[in-house]
Amino acid sequence: MLSCKETSLLVSQSLDRRLAWRERIALRMHLLVCGACRSFADQAAFLRTAVRRFGRRANAPEPLRLSQDARERIARELRDKQP
Amino acid sequence: MGAVLRRIHSRPLPVTTQGTAPEAWLDMHGDALFRYALLRAHDRDAAEDLVQDTLLAALRSHRDFAGHSSERTWLIGILKHKLADHWRRLGREAPLETPLDAAETDELLEHLFDAENGDHWRTPPSPWPDPDTALEQQQFWKALSGCIDTLPSAQAQAFALCEIDGVAGAEACKVLDVSPTNLWVMLHRARLRLRQCLEIHWFANVSKE
Repeated sequence: MLSCKETSLLVSQSLDRRLAWRERIALRMHLLVCGACRSFADQAAFLRTAVRRFGRRANAPEPLRLSQDARERIARELRDKQP
Repeated sequence: MGAVLRRIHSRPLPVTTQGTAPEAWLDMHGDALFRYALLRAHDRDAAEDLVQDTLLAALRSHRDFAGHSSERTWLIGILKHKLADHWRRLGREAPLETPLDAAETDELLEHLFDAENGDHWRTPPSPWPDPDTALEQQQFWKALSGCIDTLPSAQAQAFALCEIDGVAGAEACKVLDVSPTNLWVMLHRARLRLRQCLEIHWFANVSKE
């Protein structure tokens, strides 16, 4: 039986690669009996959805995005220096 | 999803023989480059300048773009050189970080899982109240990006690159200079931290209301 620590790693990896069938079965068995890991799995999936949407949002907040000012300044600079 | 695809298809971009025209770079890759620079340099002004320097350098050399990698990976490659120049200008070495931020990563797992109790969660996650509603709130996006910003640099970069900017798999390993196994471990740690951070900074407040 997998521990919760190992399960959390497999849950995460299932988002990044195709798990081997043994891993899939072990993961499913653990999730069947462990509500905490089921919550973690849901939350990891939610994070993915949220972050993907974040990347596509035209009005995503600025901390992780170029500000409008910077964008305009860079666009101007690129136009001027166009060979 | 349909709407997104339509939007992408309805905006034809001028295409050169290799990838898109330089005028489109800022729109297409500007935010991805900015995130890469910001999560490394931790300085907004510097990160903005680095994006500009990168695009100007790309403009001068885009005939050399061989198309062996994606345009975004190529631009990030240029940005890495600009970052090296940035550290040199500051007169210090680039901050040394092992790909996994190794020292702290064991601490994180010890903090979350109880080794003396079969590696069970010390604080078992429980379902979040109404997560889908969060996606419609501007404040939530601030909380999320705040949380990404608090990750250790290497994890933040890996997470942003793969999950926000869609550079994944082999390309991401190349850009970050890590093995696939290391990348998966970094993303695992990032997800553990982000769920914890969001729980504290978002969902704990939601459930109290």
